[in-house]
Amino acid sequence: MKKQGFDRRDFLKTAVVSGAAAAGGTATIVTPDIAQAAQPAPAAPPAAEAAGPAGYSFLNLDEAAFVEALVDHMIPADEISPKGTDLGVNIYIDRALAGAWGKGERLYMQGPWKLGTPSQGYQLPLTPAQLYRAGVAATNAHCRKAYGNTFDRITDAQRQEILVGLSTGKITFDNGLPVRPFWTTLYQTVIEGMYSDPIYGGNRNKAGWAIIGFPGIIAVHRDHVAQYRGKPYPSKPLGIADMS
Amino acid sequence: MTTRLKEVDVVIVGLGWTGGILAKELTEAGLKVVALERGAPRTSENDYSLPNIRDELRYVVRHDLMQNTARDTITVRNNPQHDALPMRRLGSFLPGEVVGGSGVHWSGHTWRWTDMEFKVRSNYEERYGKKIIPDDMTIQDWGITYAELEPYYDKFEYTAAVSGKAGNIGGTIRAGGNPFEAPRAREYPLPPLTPILASEMFSDAARNAGYHPFPRPSANASQPYTNPDGSKFGGCQYCGYCQRFGCEANAKGSPHMTVIPIAMAKPNFELRTNSWVTKVLRDSDGKRVTGVTYTNVLNGEEFEQPATIVLLCAYAINNVHLMLLSGIGSPYDPVAQKGVIGKNYCYQTGAGATLFFEGKFFNPFMNAGGSNATIDDFNTNWAFDRAPHDFIGGYSVAGGFNTVLPIGYRPVPSGTPQWGSEWKRATAKWYQTAMVINASGSVMANRYNCYDLDPTYRNAFGQPLMRMTFDYKANEHRMGTHAAQTINAIAKSMNPTRLNPASARTDPWTVVPYQSTHNTGGTIMGTNPRDSALNKYLQSWDCHNLFVVGANVFPHNSAYNPTGPVGALAYWTADAIKNRYLKNPGPLVQA
Repeated sequence: MKKQGFDRRDFLKTAVVSGAAAAGGTATIVTPDIAQAAQPAPAAPPAAEAAGPAGYSFLNLDEAAFVEALVDHMIPADEISPKGTDLGVNIYIDRALAGAWGKGERLYMQGPWKLGTPSQGYQLPLTPAQLYRAGVAATNAHCRKAYGNTFDRITDAQRQEILVGLSTGKITFDNGLPVRPFWTTLYQTVIEGMYSDPIYGGNRNKAGWAIIGFPGIIAVHRDHVAQYRGKPYPSKPLGIADMS
Repeated sequence: MTTRLKEVDVVIVGLGWTGGILAKELTEAGLKVVALERGAPRTSENDYSLPNIRDELRYVVRHDLMQNTARDTITVRNNPQHDALPMRRLGSFLPGEVVGGSGVHWSGHTWRWTDMEFKVRSNYEERYGKKIIPDDMTIQDWGITYAELEPYYDKFEYTAAVSGKAGNIGGTIRAGGNPFEAPRAREYPLPPLTPILASEMFSDAARNAGYHPFPRPSANASQPYTNPDGSKFGGCQYCGYCQRFGCEANAKGSPHMTVIPIAMAKPNFELRTNSWVTKVLRDSDGKRVTGVTYTNVLNGEEFEQPATIVLLCAYAINNVHLMLLSGIGSPYDPVAQKGVIGKNYCYQTGAGATLFFEGKFFNPFMNAGGSNATIDDFNTNWAFDRAPHDFIGGYSVAGGFNTVLPIGYRPVPSGTPQWGSEWKRATAKWYQTAMVINASGSVMANRYNCYDLDPTYRNAFGQPLMRMTFDYKANEHRMGTHAAQTINAIAKSMNPTRLNPASARTDPWTVVPYQSTHNTGGTIMGTNPRDSALNKYLQSWDCHNLFVVGANVFPHNSAYNPTGPVGALAYWTADAIKNRYLKNPGPLVQA
């Protein structure tokens, strides 16, 4: 996904600006589908085919670039699994933020607001989607200050430093957003995108479950307890869609 | 405007295990019973079936069967010097909010609490003298005995299909069971579950260390079963989706597939779901309750349901909340140590180790709620001398698995990176080759651990939230130290490739992550109205036609899961109402 100099985000921003100019100020909508059609054919079409429904329903261009870079850094392609975007973890995160959880379902959202003690848990006046949005922007602002570029355009080593800084609390945000709840949410969503049922957009082809040998939802193990005691249980993982 | 409905004999607030048991027993006695449940109706066939029930994100992470904190929550603080803040989402504990309540999503662990708990203050004073109990430790005797409760434990175990191995039948110790349990009249209704490798390895190591491991008794039917009421159970499939989930196999004893459908089949029972009780009403002289007010949460309409008897059977926290909102009994004041409603809130503590065995396959996805082995050598074993270790109470230690799904459980040795290829390799290597040993510990009552109404925050009905003030005290820290040492000694004797050792908890209690849905106290039972809210029949000292049922009646918390005595006490109260109260309505114990 990372290209030298000019990426999809640049293309889209340029398209919007030039489209708007050409139409004399009329609003022009450019969808990612058009953007993809205008791009050269991807080098590895099978991965793209496995990608499922493309497009983001919550993440804006900067956020999408951030999340794609994040999940590919945290889940690199190697002998264990495909990379994060090929697992659909970015799609999971987008859908989760766009959905009820992202909008604060089940979250008590009445003030007054105080940060409290660590033992009192989450106390920000933000839904998960608002927290994500503010946290990505603040992290990118930090990256620009530290490295002159946003998280998706810095080197792997620099990304590593940023994630270590977020996870240990060494980084603080200039705008007052607490780092800890942002990092906790960020990390949790990556894990969820890796290991939740594929119906939510991540764990594509059950490749997350395959990493650990988790058999998924088929679980009639009454006889297996004795049969496989101490032995590997051979299984091809199944998800909800496979049985629906 | 509130619509006043026709009076009924009994109104039940909350339809989980306790409400379900009382609904069945009292409708069978011919009473006209209405149950008000704030949650939605759900059934095994429609809601807990394959493939959709096997969804960790929905049920474990997003709390699909649990109380919705956007609508009602509590505020929390560690001590009275702090400002309490709302628990904005669930974490440390998970009250259920559907028909069946927390009895749908529990694991089924069913214990018999004994006179070690019921006579806690007497026991320690008798053996060690009064000085052993710190001044601020407000433990007290419960006013009930194990002998009184034994038939009701038996009834609950046979209703809920508890699988286990008796360790003491009529005073004779039985091999394979818990030698420290109190005598039971007969064997469990079902034999224990097939042990998994992790629990076998733990048992061997514990036995070698001189301890007495036994299979954990659980309401997971080890084979197909029909209970005495005719409710049918399937055999447990060891599916690994027990805790947080409804049981697809109908193998987990739950009220929605046992007592509740029996009550529902009676013409004199009515269930109203989506019905949120806001207050218990009293008559003008305050000596009796007259019914409850509730809101239909589907349209906001308010009703008054008059009743001759009111039974509070909601989750333990919510029962106490309703008592405080209704102004029944005097609220507890921790400074003056006066009043009773809100007193002796207790929780549980624990410690745990993860053991990594290179090349050994535990298949952690094959388990049931009860597929662990346990030792009670430091819990119900009264011969264990607490004095040298300077703590009161006890802890049980268990090895095995219960619902370890991949979003929440991917153990790696300490020091492993949290992301990247090295992390992935460690996850892949150790997920199937690790096991855990955990301790669950009691929490003794403390004068400052309590509930009251929050002065600032309100719920969706404009009512004050309940405020919880809680922290672990030195007694629990010392017990945690002992528990960690026990765990680590057993773990090391098993020669794991790597070990993440247990450590004693010394940091304050926090609302995240999940710890235990075993909140106790707040409207405690006891021998007199000066220091308890309820008598031994769970009848209010203040209003004789009000009974409050659930773990909120426990004067302190033990190391055990609460549902055994919760279920037994519900049957005990049902009998007291049927056999004594109806004949002569009034206080069942004279104050």
